[in-house]
Amino acid sequence: VSQLPAGEFGSSGSDIAPGPVGVEREFTVEARSQARIVARRFMHHRAALVSLIVLVVIVIVSFVGPRFWQYRYDEIIPGAARESPSLEHPMGTDSIGHDYFAQVLRGAQKSVQIMLLVATLSTAIGVTVGALAGYFRGWVDTVLSRITDLTLTIPLLAVAIVLSRRYQDAGNWQNIALVIALLAWTTLARVVRAEVLALREKEFVEAAHALGASDRRIIIRHILPNIAGTIIVSATLTMAAVILIETTLSFLGFGVTVPDTSLGKLVEEGRTASQTAPWLFYSPGLIIVAIALSVNFIGDGLRDAFDPKQTRVRQ
Amino acid sequence: VITFIVRRLLIAIPILLLSSFAVFMMVAAAGDPLEDLRMRNPPPSPEQIAAIEERLHLDEPLLERYRIWISDVALRQDLGNDNRGQDVGNQLTRSMGVTLRLVIVSIAVAVSIALVIGVLTAVFQYSWFDHGITFLSFLFFSLPIFWLGVLLKEFVAIPLNDWLESLGFGRFIGTVQERSPNFEGGFGDTVYDRLGHLVLPAVTLVVVSFAQYSRFTRASMLEVLKSDYVRTAQAKGISGTRVIFRHALRNALIPVVTVVAIDFSAVLAGAVVTETVFQWRGMGTLFTNAVRFLDVNIVLAWLLISATLVVLFNLFADILYAFLDPRIRL
Repeated sequence: VSQLPAGEFGSSGSDIAPGPVGVEREFTVEARSQARIVARRFMHHRAALVSLIVLVVIVIVSFVGPRFWQYRYDEIIPGAARESPSLEHPMGTDSIGHDYFAQVLRGAQKSVQIMLLVATLSTAIGVTVGALAGYFRGWVDTVLSRITDLTLTIPLLAVAIVLSRRYQDAGNWQNIALVIALLAWTTLARVVRAEVLALREKEFVEAAHALGASDRRIIIRHILPNIAGTIIVSATLTMAAVILIETTLSFLGFGVTVPDTSLGKLVEEGRTASQTAPWLFYSPGLIIVAIALSVNFIGDGLRDAFDPKQTRVRQ
Repeated sequence: VITFIVRRLLIAIPILLLSSFAVFMMVAAAGDPLEDLRMRNPPPSPEQIAAIEERLHLDEPLLERYRIWISDVALRQDLGNDNRGQDVGNQLTRSMGVTLRLVIVSIAVAVSIALVIGVLTAVFQYSWFDHGITFLSFLFFSLPIFWLGVLLKEFVAIPLNDWLESLGFGRFIGTVQERSPNFEGGFGDTVYDRLGHLVLPAVTLVVVSFAQYSRFTRASMLEVLKSDYVRTAQAKGISGTRVIFRHALRNALIPVVTVVAIDFSAVLAGAVVTETVFQWRGMGTLFTNAVRFLDVNIVLAWLLISATLVVLFNLFADILYAFLDPRIRL
């Protein structure tokens, strides 16, 4: 994992902007070129690029699709129970006559919404706690390491089940997202803490101190930009884990509940009919795999892009 | 070694106490365990409710309840009774046997496969084999366990059973529950029966966890293969396989052991889901049902036991370190 300061970040690549850079302009100029370098490297990672396209398509279709699709997810079509896929119903209908395509769209939308909300929240919490613990040590660090001990002993899923049991609320997906976010931030916090611990001893932090920069400024302007790569990659991989946790919770009946739906819940409902009505089981499952797989590949691509030192699998 | 184990167990006690406290507060906050009872029609009399509350100590303040519970557990090894008044300890021991059978077999198989694959992909880095395995690993850890389980039932169990039957072996692979119902037989038959039921759930867990282990073995092997002592060993003219297995793998194993140990609680969580899919009556089913009906004592005991298992497993990993690397002293 890269611990180089921003100025040296891309020096191993050939595509770095040459020429001396003024102290004041250092961050703005370098930040932009770093982003460009990363973007270019990412584009060379074919699997990641394809995954990004797949994910964007799934997100757009699941958010915009329901507005244009002829059936609503909660609309029961009379006399259309358990129809196999046709032009009218691309994914068939379920046993009480919902259009399954509309249901899968809705489920994907909920799962993606939860995934994004959790990623945002848990990244925010994780970065804040990790940076504070790594920079100031003290009680934040003590609390963080105790919480780490705890999360290592108790299966996260079990805790999520207990908490969701309490906070699951008909048609309210935000609660599930909050529960997962409250449990998912610890990994990132630990990673950020370790990086900050190493960076705070570096000369450029010392220099900033000598110039009279406040702790707040040092953390936000000097330390965090240097671990942006780590944070982004971790956040992406968290997303992949979150979608699996959320669908598992919903599958077990502790996640998204009626009247709303989620991909996990759809698999649960379709599972008993995997032979008689296979479309009910396969379509939501395939979407879960597609989302998780593409998020994982994107994370992999970002990791390679941010950290060229690491051995790259694909050139 | 004995003093090390004792010392580690002593360190584990405050962690377990802390985790039991956190868990207790969480479960207490999770809702009213008598919700079900109060909803009953006709509603039970206030005296009945009060009696049950007293039996479950629900009338005491929260901290007092924790004190009663933890002292019962610690001093009398009594995990209390569930909401229907049955002993929790017995239920948990029974289901723990079932679940541990699944978890331990899965981890053992997953680690063995992962080591082989990890070493091969590291040695043949960037070959088509490596690329293929990389893609498969990504696919495998993107698979939801509950979906994979059903897929395996459908595409592996049924055709395989048909094939085995045509060979005259009978339908060996069980798809439902951890044992055949009303099964009676000698020791050999019992093992055979349990094994048949173990195959599918174990394969499910193995597929999901081995991907991660093999990626880790690969990364760790790549690192070690570049090191000076491996080059020295090669320069001395030691054969290739001997260098890989005696010099490189042994050192590469240390981080892998860490990952497997940390991942133990995730596999346990995976077992919860797997058991639901295959309708095993193990810890998973016990837990989800207990949470559903807010059976506080079962949930608490379950979380405490799983925390203890994780601690024990990590202890085992620590002992393994010393075995792998003589520089580490216990």
